[in-house]
Amino acid sequence: MARAPTTSDAFNAVAEPRRREILDLLAKGERPVNELVRQLRLGQPQVSKHLRVLREVGLVHVREDGRHRLYRLNGRPLKSIHEWVKNYEQAWSERFDRLDDVLDELKREEDSDGGRHE
Amino acid sequence: MVDVMSKNRAVVTLPTETQILIERDFAAPKHLVYKAVTTPELVSKWWVGKRGEMKLAEIDLRVGGKWRFLMIAHGKFEVGFHGEYREIVPNERLVSTECYEGIPDPDAHPTVNTMTLRQVGDVTKLRVLVQCESKEQRDAIINSGMEGGMQEAYDLLEEIAVSLQ
Repeated sequence: MARAPTTSDAFNAVAEPRRREILDLLAKGERPVNELVRQLRLGQPQVSKHLRVLREVGLVHVREDGRHRLYRLNGRPLKSIHEWVKNYEQAWSERFDRLDDVLDELKREEDSDGGRHE
Repeated sequence: MVDVMSKNRAVVTLPTETQILIERDFAAPKHLVYKAVTTPELVSKWWVGKRGEMKLAEIDLRVGGKWRFLMIAHGKFEVGFHGEYREIVPNERLVSTECYEGIPDPDAHPTVNTMTLRQVGDVTKLRVLVQCESKEQRDAIINSGMEGGMQEAYDLLEEIAVSLQ
């Protein structure tokens, strides 16, 4: 799949699984970069790159604390994204819940067929 | 959180500015999932979700063949989609265009949807990647889900209200 050229909005920022992991870690509290590097088992340059993207879209804030730069989650853009996508996701969930029922029927038919199928 | 990964829930992410990715696990072998998404009588049973009644499901399952789904949303207005199959790998992969009939000149604004099925043990992992022509189109599609979501929320509220009587 083609990568997004850059990440100009929060939607793309959270489409990258590693960045979602970073947000999950920061949801537990403020963290310095080295701690994120350790927990993610990624190289520092990659983590810094992801953090830069997250900062650009306002999903994380940073502050200096002596030698450390501490990152923390800013949930505000996250909440609006989630609200926005959640409703669409809900529509698909309803649809797929009914597909589950159809599949249960098909499985039963196949079983009563003695497992004969292509 | 953004990444709700509970097993049997649809997960929607936005990989790029012009894409929507929908992922869902099913507790069934992939040939049955494929059958359920490519057989008109079966599509009629699930495609509307809770949003209305299915009026029509037509599927001409061959490359260049057309499909059309039409539903009556809560007995009021018709909502139609149609498109054409571009690539077919039975039980594994289905690429098709999709045009929403509720806009002027629907055929000028298709999305290209790629469905893939991958079986892991007893579970089939379904992925639908919706490639839109623009960010605006992607946003409009997500917003259309919002209407559906609101309606479903009202329906649920109604069900709860009825059960309390």
